[in-house]
Amino acid sequence: MSSSQIIEQIENSQLKENVPSFNVGDTVVVATAIIEGKKRRIQKFEGTVVKKTGTRIRESFTVRRIIDKIGVEKTFLLHSPLVESVLVIKEGIARRARLHYLRDRVGAKANRMKAKEKQIIAS
Amino acid sequence: MKKFFIGKKIGMTQLVNEEGLVTPVTVLQAEPCVVVDLHEVEGEFATVVLGTGEVKDKKLNKPRRGFFEKKGVSAKKYLKGFRVSNGNDYVVGAEITADIFNVDEKVTVRAKTIGRGFTGTIKRHNFSRGPMAHGSKSHRIPGSIGAGTTPGRVYKGVRMAGHYGDAFVTIKNLAVVKIDSENKLIFVAGAVPGKSGFVEIFS
Repeated sequence: MSSSQIIEQIENSQLKENVPSFNVGDTVVVATAIIEGKKRRIQKFEGTVVKKTGTRIRESFTVRRIIDKIGVEKTFLLHSPLVESVLVIKEGIARRARLHYLRDRVGAKANRMKAKEKQIIAS
Repeated sequence: MKKFFIGKKIGMTQLVNEEGLVTPVTVLQAEPCVVVDLHEVEGEFATVVLGTGEVKDKKLNKPRRGFFEKKGVSAKKYLKGFRVSNGNDYVVGAEITADIFNVDEKVTVRAKTIGRGFTGTIKRHNFSRGPMAHGSKSHRIPGSIGAGTTPGRVYKGVRMAGHYGDAFVTIKNLAVVKIDSENKLIFVAGAVPGKSGFVEIFS
């Protein structure tokens, strides 16, 4: 077995099953587990997916939203055991892979993506 | 007892544990090493020569082939002697596996860094560069290498351009994160010098 195959095998063995599929531009709600001592609670973060990067166990995505007029971006490891679920609220139309141009937007238009005609409404 | 082993660097990846913590690791292949030779200096020390890696017969010259035949072990690509206080624990032909190491143990690794060829002082010694514009002609030159008439010569050891890399480097205190005896792999936290190749591991 070649070196890259061994690395691939190690990385594939750590993958989670049933990873949600979503694309750049979608509006998602990410539920992450927060462990405070022995307590374990779920925190949700809603926003636009602006970036997806990496493959296999290294795959991560960044979600952006405006909180109190300040842009906040959070990056999650897709296969982390702390990422409980990623729920797609709205599918957006993104014409590029990285939506860094949203950072330059101000006001009401910030983070707003054109939605696809068929919308998935989830609570 | 001092432990030593020869592994082979495969590459880097990351391990994610149940708490979501990510550890960057270097994966080392750990095929069993064979004790090829044993030199003993009575009452002082002994040198244990470990060998690993397959080598084609046609790649061996006569003295080397003769050496392995005399010792009664199959030819190895990489040999390394380790000094121990007492050689009684070792027998020529015995195999040493990666299981001698434990998880969370701190190890020292020694490997050859990536060769960079003949490089200037900026890359080799982290010198600063001169201005690229405003009429400056001192872009990447080393600058002064010493005083004038006194001493009238360049001191020994002045850092200059030259060959960089392709030299052995030792890294201490790398933690063993995981040992996969089934697939013969050792996972070491952090980076190990050089490209994929033989790595000496001590603890």
